Amino acid sequence: MSEKLNKVQDEKVSTSQALDDEQRVKVLSPGMLVAKRFFRNKLAMVGLVIIVAMFLFAFVGGVISPYGESQVFRKTEVSWKDFAGAAYNDTWIFNTKEGEDFPAAAQQKFVLASSREEETFEAGGMTYEIADLSESLKAVIAQQPVATVLTLKGKSSYKESGSTPLTEEIKKGYEAAVEAEETTFEADGESYTISKSGRQMVIAKGGEIAFATKKVFNGAAADTAMDYEFQKAALTALDAGEKAFSYGGASYELSAVEGERVIQILLDGQIYGTISDMLISPLGTDAFLHLEFKEAAEAAILAKESSFEIVNEAGETETYQLQNKNTQYVIRNEKTTMVNDKFRAPDKEHLLGTDGNGMDMLTRLMYGGRVSLMIGFVVIILEIVIGIVIGGISGYFGGWVDTILMRVVDIVVCIPAMPLYIIIGAVMDSYKIDSGLRIYALCIILGLLSWPGIARMVRGQILSLREQEFMIATEATGIRVSRRIFRHLVPNVIPQLIVMATMGLGDVILMEATLSFLGLGVKFPLASWGNIVNAVNDSYVLTNFWFVWIPAGFLILITVLGFNFVGDGLRDAFDPKMKR
Amino acid sequence: MVILFFVSMIIYSVERSLPTSYVDNKARNMSMKQGAKPFEELKAELNAAYGMDKPVLVGYFTWLGNAVRGEFGDSWVWNQPVTEKFKEVIWYSFALAVIAFTLEILIAVPLGILSATRQYSKMDYAVTVFALIGISLPPFFFATILKYIFSIQLGWFDLYGIVGRMHDQYSPVGQVLDMAKHLILPVATLTIAGIGSLMRYTRTNMLEVLNSDYIRTARAKGLKNSKVIWHHAFRNTLIPLITILGGMLPGLFAGAMITETLFQIPGIGYTSYQCLIQGDLPFTMFYMSFLAVLTLTGNLIADILYAVADPRVRVN
Repeated sequence: MSEKLNKVQDEKVSTSQALDDEQRVKVLSPGMLVAKRFFRNKLAMVGLVIIVAMFLFAFVGGVISPYGESQVFRKTEVSWKDFAGAAYNDTWIFNTKEGEDFPAAAQQKFVLASSREEETFEAGGMTYEIADLSESLKAVIAQQPVATVLTLKGKSSYKESGSTPLTEEIKKGYEAAVEAEETTFEADGESYTISKSGRQMVIAKGGEIAFATKKVFNGAAADTAMDYEFQKAALTALDAGEKAFSYGGASYELSAVEGERVIQILLDGQIYGTISDMLISPLGTDAFLHLEFKEAAEAAILAKESSFEIVNEAGETETYQLQNKNTQYVIRNEKTTMVNDKFRAPDKEHLLGTDGNGMDMLTRLMYGGRVSLMIGFVVIILEIVIGIVIGGISGYFGGWVDTILMRVVDIVVCIPAMPLYIIIGAVMDSYKIDSGLRIYALCIILGLLSWPGIARMVRGQILSLREQEFMIATEATGIRVSRRIFRHLVPNVIPQLIVMATMGLGDVILMEATLSFLGLGVKFPLASWGNIVNAVNDSYVLTNFWFVWIPAGFLILITVLGFNFVGDGLRDAFDPKMKR
Repeated sequence: MVILFFVSMIIYSVERSLPTSYVDNKARNMSMKQGAKPFEELKAELNAAYGMDKPVLVGYFTWLGNAVRGEFGDSWVWNQPVTEKFKEVIWYSFALAVIAFTLEILIAVPLGILSATRQYSKMDYAVTVFALIGISLPPFFFATILKYIFSIQLGWFDLYGIVGRMHDQYSPVGQVLDMAKHLILPVATLTIAGIGSLMRYTRTNMLEVLNSDYIRTARAKGLKNSKVIWHHAFRNTLIPLITILGGMLPGLFAGAMITETLFQIPGIGYTSYQCLIQGDLPFTMFYMSFLAVLTLTGNLIADILYAVADPRVRVN
């Protein structure tokens, strides 16, 4: 123990003597002494390493990173989407004859009347008649008034009441019908009805304008023509149990598929369309459902299956799911959609995952660091320039100049900075100022409000410095005032300035981060560490995605810490009298 | 007083230099709200209270005249007189600040002294690093971490607000405890944020005192180390400490805007944050002037306390 102690003492004594010898020959310059003291300070070195690392990360990292600052990553997501709806049709489907009008109000009346099993109904001043043509086909006959007839003492006087011209043929037909006590007659190949209205008789032209059916027609292609007459002919044939019908010079075959309720309409052996009880319609507006699809769906519904498969035109097998909701069926298929790849957990491709907009987190952090550091430096330079000018002038001249300038400093100190930033930020928000421009505004505002500390320090130092001999020398040599202040006085303040600037940089970065966090500083799409942490305002993100906000906050912390360490170390190095 | 005059003038000019269309828009939006006053009335009121229609200087004196009489107009956001809203919310902020302030002193001063007396020991490094972390920690980040750990992971506290969901059903004592529980995280945030600078300040001043001649004399006399530190050194460290702490007293009323906003404590900070964001001019003007008054009062108290605590200043 004692031996060891002796050895240590020996070493100490010998080295210190050697050092002393050395120093007698070689004296370190003051600057070197400061540097030496600085580099010996462990905390300061840690800080320096952090700052250098941050600069590399922000400025070099942004260049190296394979992704852009606001590059949005997309991914394909497979999800079951509602594709089509299917239901057994139990409502009347109306098919209106070309050139005729069967308004919606009348359709409603028709439904009412047919459920009450009435034969006529009225809508919009028109009388309609329902004629059961066959099992599944009901014709709607509208009665348009043609004329009113007033018969007095066996003599009839006619009065036209519609658009149809009253011809002699009609009059003849009417008279014949009245004599025969019939309520309908035919003339010119059209049928007319007679009804009594008070003392007058009304002749009305009955014309079939529409038919109603519960059967659903499906065309083989989107543009398959299946007009009024075609459908009517097909239904008539179907109800009559016939196997074929002809329309428009072509002959169609009707064939029932065994075990299914679908009736196929064949033209020359090819499927032209189908008639079924089931209404299947796409949920998207522009999709066309193929007959194969409809048949398969109907078959699956009949067989009470929960899914079915179809081979599509490209030869791929598509799987569809069937979901039953009461009497409705929903057919769903797998759809791949492109979505922003947001909140992706960290992996090889994105080392820190992606943020809420699907942008690479690590890259955002790099660019955010650029913005934060750059704002810090710009603001500090602005601060120092203003501070030196005001403090230098104030300290050099003293007297009333000093008094006035120091009152200005007092006033600026008194202005509540944070509320001012916030209100200016809010105004910029309401004018939707470009986010690049905002950064400049932010720098200027931050700089304009934070110089008083530096000004005070510079003034205080210069007040004592100007009493020293070298100032008398400058006065004697007739150097001009501005040169005296900025060349001879200010350089003496530089050590303190460096310390203040380093510490101040941390504060500015913190301030900028806070403002950006509140959403009033740097704005999206530009990144800044503050506005990255801003994502936690959504507590869903706070709860589930640590990688979105922890790294950014941590970077702010260690960067500011680095500047504070370095500032602290510099202060100790410049001003060693605190050492004991 | 003169400073206050100029500060309020600057604040006034800033508010005045907001683009008129902005003010008009705000007023119009305000009037759209249900139950709000019509646009013309708001505008007229604004003109009356702030002299918006007059030149800047005349307008400023109009406002000053009203402000001296305590008339700050009606808040646009809250639809009630600014001063009334202020009275409602100020005590939350004050309670929050006082608790944090006390904790700060209780933790920072002893630690600062400890690290000064053992300069360059492990303890000193630890305290220094801790203090610097406290300074460097963005309050919003720290608050978020606290929330994440204690509210989300552990579920001990609510994420937001000053009262719990069951607040109305508690007994009066329970209600106070409920509020206290909601204040724990904000107080922790404020304390950690404020502790660093106070600790550094204590350390620096203590070191200065410890380096002075009379401490060397005391040690040379052979006094006990504890007596030197607590009797001779600490009492002299108290002078700058009391000065700076006294200067911080009015600041207790200023409200912690960020912390209150994050935890949605309905204090003056959160209230005025909402007003600032939504462009509530009457409240903003009031709050900014209030803050300026607080800063000036702080300086004044610091000056007075400096004279009180240090007899040498009084002689001069």
